[in-house]
Amino acid sequence: MKSKPPATEDRYGRRADIKYSLYLLKLNPVVLVGFIISIVSIILALISPILVNPSSWHLQNLDLRLCWNNPAFNWGIGGVFDCTGRIYPLGTDQYGRSLSEMMVLAIPIDLEIALEVVLSAVVIGVLFGSIAAYVGGTIDELILRITDIFLAVPGILLAIVMIVVMGRSLFVLTLAVLITWWPFYVRLVRSQVLGEKEKPYVERLRAMGAGRTRILFVHVVPNSIYPVLVQATLDIGSVILTVSALTFIGLTPSPLLPELGNLANQGIQYIFTAPWLILFPGLTILIISLGFNLLGDGIRDILDPRLRR
Amino acid sequence: MRKVGSEGETILAVNDLKVIFHTYAGDVKALDGVELFVRKGEVLGLVGESGCGKSVTALAIVGLLPPNAEIVSGKAVLDGTDLLGMGEEKLRLTRLKDVAIVFQDPMTYLNPVLTIGLQITEIVASQPDLFIPELIKNRLDEISTIEKAKGELVPKLQVEREKLRAKSQTNRLGNEELTRLTRLYATSILKSVRLPEPEKVFKMYPFELSGGMRQRAMIAMALIRRPKLLLADEITTALDVTVQAQALQLLQQLKEVIDTSVLLITHDLAVVAEVCDRVAVMYAGNVVEVADVKELFRNPMHPYTQGLLASVPRVDLVAEQKSIQGSVPDLMFPPSGCRFHPRCPRVFEKCPVAKPTLIEVSPGHLVSCFLFGG
Repeated sequence: MKSKPPATEDRYGRRADIKYSLYLLKLNPVVLVGFIISIVSIILALISPILVNPSSWHLQNLDLRLCWNNPAFNWGIGGVFDCTGRIYPLGTDQYGRSLSEMMVLAIPIDLEIALEVVLSAVVIGVLFGSIAAYVGGTIDELILRITDIFLAVPGILLAIVMIVVMGRSLFVLTLAVLITWWPFYVRLVRSQVLGEKEKPYVERLRAMGAGRTRILFVHVVPNSIYPVLVQATLDIGSVILTVSALTFIGLTPSPLLPELGNLANQGIQYIFTAPWLILFPGLTILIISLGFNLLGDGIRDILDPRLRR
Repeated sequence: MRKVGSEGETILAVNDLKVIFHTYAGDVKALDGVELFVRKGEVLGLVGESGCGKSVTALAIVGLLPPNAEIVSGKAVLDGTDLLGMGEEKLRLTRLKDVAIVFQDPMTYLNPVLTIGLQITEIVASQPDLFIPELIKNRLDEISTIEKAKGELVPKLQVEREKLRAKSQTNRLGNEELTRLTRLYATSILKSVRLPEPEKVFKMYPFELSGGMRQRAMIAMALIRRPKLLLADEITTALDVTVQAQALQLLQQLKEVIDTSVLLITHDLAVVAEVCDRVAVMYAGNVVEVADVKELFRNPMHPYTQGLLASVPRVDLVAEQKSIQGSVPDLMFPPSGCRFHPRCPRVFEKCPVAKPTLIEVSPGHLVSCFLFGG
């Protein structure tokens, strides 16, 4: 029997695209590692409410504070409390909560803030950056000068002032980071669109009678978006770092809040008696932001039709 | 004496088109009163050396000149309406439907990140009202072709035909129907430009196509609008010779099928001889000679045309290839009078003083030179 050639559907179209993307991913081990870390952390964030009761972070049990009862490893530190028979894989913190559970609760919080900040920054960047570049003139100047104002103030400082003024909540924390983050995207998109709008295909579109909005948002923006996607993926890691830094220095809505930076901050007081309290949240921050950085490095080779061939 | 553009079946008439480019160094007088007309259903070749204003003429007609250009005077009348006088938005709709340009380089004139199908159908999608009658007609034609081939129709197609006939009365389509018909229409256009496996090409990105296929896709984008006038700006320049021949053949076949007029801009006289009905020769922003293609090659009158034809390399003649003396004038400071006079072998006293006008020397043969009365 002759084997039939694959149908058109199998070689072109969405399913083939995804297949080919996965194939490209396999070729690049570094990006693959980043991809796996990112996917695992996202999945962990999604199923975290199933794994751990989301409200359990309010429950304190001071009898169980700072205990370590994982037989696989002993810190060799004197004075570690025993957990009265119960096993906590990563020990407990000074409020008697299981550290592993708190970290499972912390990952979605950190990822959510990071995604919110980066997505909003991308949307703002694409909107204002592309309009600034495409329309030009006074509007361009205006948008650029506004970004200059925000870029002139040191980011962390601006965020700290905002949180102090507006009060401590996760929303203000997100907003504070976003305020320092969006100008970069406006400038990035603007520079990309400036280069892209002079390309011959834009001239063809004008000759075809396409409207300005269509040219800009259907053609020019998709062509300029790939560097932005790379930046966005890299920035998920950076935003997690920044947010943890802010909560680490104490700008947190509640000291009990399971947020990686806050967990590390609470743990630093016990660095000699209960080192796991700062070690594990710190490591998690490191691994997640490293994962997104590695992914960002190669995501363009995989998504950009001009490079994937 | 017949005036240029007064022909009954004229589709495009350009009169006294003057364009100036304001540059830092000074004003470049790029077009100095261009006169030409295109008849319905013909291919007019516009030839001339680089920088003589061929492309500027085309861009001026469709209002796509760069911002530093100024149209000083002139008219470009397409089927009764002056394109230069109409507003921005009306001109955009004209470009969308009535005038199409095919550019020279198929490599860069396609958007690299969108599929061919998307780029073709979006023309229809952006202004569906203009295209609905054609969409319905195309599908009805397809159905009747199936009917002819098989002798009868399956009930499903019969129902579809009834529905479409009803809809052609109201000229309205639902979104889903519109997408489906647009797709079928685009596929049939891709078929008509001889792209192999149009359904497959539909889903491909530009980089997956060869140069020739991309050029066909570009031509398809122009044809899907069934334009009254097709401006082909050096469409063969970026293609290799075998593909050039295909593109030209295609152009000629299509011209008959969809009944459009073509303004073919080129500097390749071989291309002109191959596909054009009439030729207009341009020099330094002026049309210097217009004639039927055979007449022009047999009996070139303007000294520039003569020089141009003599400078074409030929394999069948031992005679030496001649070039025109001198070089193209700097259009910032164009020569007085006839712009060709400093290079003209037959120049006399009148040439630097006055500008000759385009007059009809023999039927259909127009020359702008004092030797022939000017």
